[in-house]
Amino acid sequence: MTFNDEAERFQNLNLTNMMERFTPFQIDQILAKSEIQWQEFLGLLSPAATGLLENMAQAAHKLTIEHFGRTILLYTPLYLSNYCVNQCVYCGFNQANDIPRRKLTLHEVELEAQAISITGLQHLLILTGESRQHSPVSYIADCVSILRKYFSSISIEVYPLSTEEYADLISAGVDGLTIYQEVYDQQIYQRLHPAGPKRNYSYRLTSPERAGDAGIRTINIGALLGLNDWRYEVFFTGIHAAYLQNKFPDIEVGVSFPRMRPQFGDFEPEYRVSDSDLVQSIAALRLFLPRIGITISTRENAFLRDNLLKLGVTKMSAGSSTAIGGHTDAIDSIGQFEISDRRTVKEMRETISKAGYKPILKDWHDLNAGRIDETTSVT
Amino acid sequence: MEDKLKIGDKELDSRLFIGTGKFADYSLIPKVIESSKAQVVTVALRRVDFGTPEENMLTFLSQNIVLMPNTSGARNASEAIRIARIARAAGCGNWVKIEIINDQKYLLPNNFETIKAIEVLAKDGFIVLPYMSPDLTAAKMMAEAGAAAIMPLGAPIGTNRGLKTRELIQILISEINLPIIVDAGIGRPSEAAEAIEMGAAAVLVNTAIATADDPVLMAEAFGQAVDAGRKAYLAGPGATHQFAEASSPLTGFLRNE
Repeated sequence: MTFNDEAERFQNLNLTNMMERFTPFQIDQILAKSEIQWQEFLGLLSPAATGLLENMAQAAHKLTIEHFGRTILLYTPLYLSNYCVNQCVYCGFNQANDIPRRKLTLHEVELEAQAISITGLQHLLILTGESRQHSPVSYIADCVSILRKYFSSISIEVYPLSTEEYADLISAGVDGLTIYQEVYDQQIYQRLHPAGPKRNYSYRLTSPERAGDAGIRTINIGALLGLNDWRYEVFFTGIHAAYLQNKFPDIEVGVSFPRMRPQFGDFEPEYRVSDSDLVQSIAALRLFLPRIGITISTRENAFLRDNLLKLGVTKMSAGSSTAIGGHTDAIDSIGQFEISDRRTVKEMRETISKAGYKPILKDWHDLNAGRIDETTSVT
Repeated sequence: MEDKLKIGDKELDSRLFIGTGKFADYSLIPKVIESSKAQVVTVALRRVDFGTPEENMLTFLSQNIVLMPNTSGARNASEAIRIARIARAAGCGNWVKIEIINDQKYLLPNNFETIKAIEVLAKDGFIVLPYMSPDLTAAKMMAEAGAAAIMPLGAPIGTNRGLKTRELIQILISEINLPIIVDAGIGRPSEAAEAIEMGAAAVLVNTAIATADDPVLMAEAFGQAVDAGRKAYLAGPGATHQFAEASSPLTGFLRNE
C-alpha cells in the first residue's frame, strides 16, 4: 500500500461538506483533547475554527515549546541548475519561459558552499529543475560530495527519483528530502502541469515513500498554497505527513507552508490564502501532529515571519536566493520566485534571539564524515 | 554522613542531571548549573558545532562538569555506536547516554537496539547510561551488557507529565543493582523529589527547566527538591497507613488468647 491508496480513500469523501458542519462548540471540545484524529484535524481547518484562532495559536505555541523548546533551526537553499523539462504554469523555471538557463560547475558549487559556510549555517537544501540531461543524479551526487565538506546536513529538493537513485544520493551524503506535491487535488494538478514527466501525479506523490525505503533521515512535504482551497490542501498535507510518520516511524517528518509568490511569467494564483488562513493551517497541523517539524521560508515577509515564529514553526530559511549562483553573484539573475524576507543570516539570528529563541545552526552530525575519527579511537 | 552517587569513575554530590536541548540561550546553561548545583550535563552531539566557538555549547560548560554526550538522532545500535565514538574522539570524554529512537510520534526509546549498543560501547571502555522504557527484563539485560546506570522514562519526553511509570520504576529500583536515574517526563520539582524519595539515584531534567519562565530559578528549585527527596529517602519515612487505626479493631478479641 502507498499513500496513493490512502489519498483515494479521502478524495472520495465530501470534505468541504464535512467541514461546514462543524460548530464553534465542537471546536472548543476538540481543543480540550490531548490527542486528535483526522476528523478533528478537519474541524480545526474548518470555518467554525476561525473564531477560535487565538485559542488554537496558544495551544500550538505551548505544544511546540514542550517538544522543541525555544529553538528555531536555520537553513538556506542552494540552487544548482534551472534547466527544466516541465511546464508548471506557476513556476519561473517553466521550460516554456525564455530565461537564461544555467547550471553550476563543481568549482562554482564549491564557491557557493564557501560563501554560505561563512554565515555559520550547517543545514543546506539543494535544488534543481527537472532535467536528467543537465542535472542527472550523478551530477547531484558530485555536488553533494563537495558540499558535505562544508555542511553537516544536506537535503535535496529535486525531481522524483527511484528508490535506487535515492539510495545513491544518501550514500553520497544526503540525509533529507523535500518534495512538495504542489497541489493534492488531482484535476488541478493535471491542469497546472500540462507537459513533462511531472504530469505523473502518483509517481510524485509516492516519492517520499521511495526515499523512506532508501533510508533517508528526514522528509519534508507541502502544498503550494494558492493553487486550490487551502483547507483541502492543508488537510491532505496533514494526512500525508501522518501517513509517513506511521509508515516510517524513525524518519523525522516535516511540513512546509509555501504560499505562492510572484515569479517570472504571468500566472496569478486563483485562491487567496490570507495571513489568518496561514496561521490557522500552522496551528491546526501542530495540534494534529505535535512532534512534526514545521518550516516557514523567506517566501513570507519579515513581519509575518517574526510573528509566526512562536506559533509552531521549528525551522526557517535565511539568507536565501532562488537564483543559480545567487550566493556568490554580484547581480541577482532571475530566480524561481521572489524572496520576500531578504534579511541576512546574521540578522535572522539576531531577530530570533531577540524573540527569546535560540537559532540552531547545526542539528545533525554527518556520521560518515566522522569515520576517520572513529577508527582512530577504537582500541 | 557522606552520601555520594557513584557512577563509573565518578563520585557525585548532586543527583540532578541537566539536559541542554531546549534552552533559548546557551548563556543560561552555566547559570542553571550554578543555581541547581548539578554536576552532570547531557549534550546532543548532533547539536555540537565544533567549528563555531560562539555556537558550540561545550564552550559554555566549565571543566569540572561531567559531560555526558547523548546519541540523539540515532535510529539503531550502529548509529548510536558511531555517534558515541565521534563524541569521544572529539574530546567529549567517555560517558555516553544512549538514546535510540525510531518512533518519531511519541519519541519512545528502542530497548532492543539499546541493549546491542551497550554491549559494544561498554566493552570499548565507555561509561554507558541508557535511556529506556521501564521494563524489568530489558533493564536486566542492559545491566548484564555493561550499563553503568539505567535511565527509565517517567513519561514521554517533553510532556512534563510526571512519574506516570511510577510502578515500573519502583520495580527497577527494587530489582536492579545499578543506579536508576529517571529521565524524561518530570515536569515539577515535587515530582523530582518524589522520584528520589522512592529510591531513584538521580533525575535528568531538561524541558521543565529550559521552558520555565525563569529557568535559573526553576533549576535552583529542582536542585533543592532533589536534595530534600534524598534526605527523606535516607531518613526512611515512617510507614503510611491506608486506614486510620481502628478504635474497635476487628481482631481485638485475639488479645484475650
